[in-house]
Amino acid sequence: MPDPISSTARTRAALLAPAMAILIFAAAGPLIIVVLYSFLTPGDYGGVVWDFSTDAWFGVLAERDFFTEQLSWADAHLTVFWRSIKLSLLTALLSFIFGFPTAYFIATRPRRSRDIWMLLVMIPFWTNLLIRTFAIMELIRNEGTINTVLIAMGLFTQPVQMLYTEFSLLLGMTYVYLPLMILPIYASMERFDFRLVEAGYDLYATRWQVLRRVILPIVKPGIVAGSILVFVPCLGAYVTPRVLGGGKQLMLGNLIELQFGQLRNWPLGAALSLTLLVIVMVALIFYVRTVGAEERGHG
Amino acid sequence: MARSFDVTRQPGFTMIAIACFVLLYLPIILLVAYSFNAGQSISQWEGFSLRWYVSAWDNEQIQDATIRSVIIALGASLIATSAAVLAALATTRTTPWRGQTVAFALINQPLMVPEIVTAVSLLIFFSMIKVWTGYTGLWYLVIAHAAFCIPFAYMPIRARLQGMDLNLEQAGADLYGTPIKVFRHITLPQLWPGILAGGMLAFVISLDDVVITEFVKSAGQDTLPTYMLGQLRRNITPEINAISTALLAISVLLVTAFFFMSRTRK
Repeated sequence: MPDPISSTARTRAALLAPAMAILIFAAAGPLIIVVLYSFLTPGDYGGVVWDFSTDAWFGVLAERDFFTEQLSWADAHLTVFWRSIKLSLLTALLSFIFGFPTAYFIATRPRRSRDIWMLLVMIPFWTNLLIRTFAIMELIRNEGTINTVLIAMGLFTQPVQMLYTEFSLLLGMTYVYLPLMILPIYASMERFDFRLVEAGYDLYATRWQVLRRVILPIVKPGIVAGSILVFVPCLGAYVTPRVLGGGKQLMLGNLIELQFGQLRNWPLGAALSLTLLVIVMVALIFYVRTVGAEERGHG
Repeated sequence: MARSFDVTRQPGFTMIAIACFVLLYLPIILLVAYSFNAGQSISQWEGFSLRWYVSAWDNEQIQDATIRSVIIALGASLIATSAAVLAALATTRTTPWRGQTVAFALINQPLMVPEIVTAVSLLIFFSMIKVWTGYTGLWYLVIAHAAFCIPFAYMPIRARLQGMDLNLEQAGADLYGTPIKVFRHITLPQLWPGILAGGMLAFVISLDDVVITEFVKSAGQDTLPTYMLGQLRRNITPEINAISTALLAISVLLVTAFFFMSRTRK
């Protein structure tokens, strides 16, 4: 008779095998090849030549002058890095400013209608990101609804250029990722005991003090989770900056795409991808640390 | 006091929340409205018409892209859901086991790694395979989609399994049911809503994907979203709005169905 422990282990391995095989083949495995590619030399027509080189990694932040061989900062890349990080932080902040009151509003509705409000938040989230970005684009382009209305009202004679600016990226990303802020804040607020707030008022706290001293500390894990959930996809955003930035306002995702398209520098593209991955991982580790510590603190 | 003191009230919050909902829906509503525009414009109303739906329907490129999208989404969600059911059976209702950290990391990887990074890695890996084998068909897209659909299919199935009673299955086994029979007659009927929910999520996620498809597809393999992205450089007509509206309708239907299915469970 087979040993029962090893037989359950074998069954488990067999059941897991298909999922693991697909994930290793089309998700985890290819990542390792990206690491390899980042240490190779670019081929003339895309692809790589199998010569070891660390140029790609230098190229992430530095560039070598073609004639004098002098190293200097790669200003174009730094601009893109800075724009990506700045816009991602601002998007998280804007999403919080809109998302927190919204989550609060939903959490204070009668229990039965809360689900319907949450469904209203979920529907845009599960609809196509490209379509939502298109919707914003149609709204803010020069011939778009907002400009048509502004000109018809006589406020402007010329359309206001909103598309292809950093503003359009910020607006678009906030619009697209806002539900990711509302969901976790709502989740942490849903079971909030409003008797605590009552106790605060009994102790002569003002509304602001109650918000800051009673509500915020308790929903903090939700806020941290929401900020990370918004920050991370913004940092790697590709579709939104492509549609709303129109090649003028590149973000990291677009810079990476350029290396595989027009610029034909696959190793640099690989190194940039891994840089993005590292920043994302740092953000996720930060999240696990803060929320984990928070939970242990409360436990 | 004339008005009772509402402890839950915070000044301005309701206003911001209402503004938030209006802002969330206004762009989508306008997009849908202009898909019915009789004129060429996507911002000037010239009367109601279905002409853009007709023109989208008659457009061969759109027909091809639609069929391709559906084939990929069906294939990927079927593969992902089957794999996710087996994985969920293996990882739920058990004691901790060796290698579980690795398994969970793999399952969650598509959610953590930025899509553009996965897209780039698949571009590199699949172009190697394309050179070796010469095969350039749809399977690359189906497998790539299946991989990132797995976590979405896995989550509802796992949640459903966790709420299920192991005793029933043990009773089945005590009555000399073979593992296959126990699974078919006891586990599967209870698990079915979770599987359906997972499959629907996977289908929507695959149908909506842009980034990974854009990088993995070979020439002439546009799906609806990548076709739409490609149209950006041209003059945009309400035809794009018409396609968007159709896609929106599918997503909204499936998400709402998913919502009510997971609600009746409680």
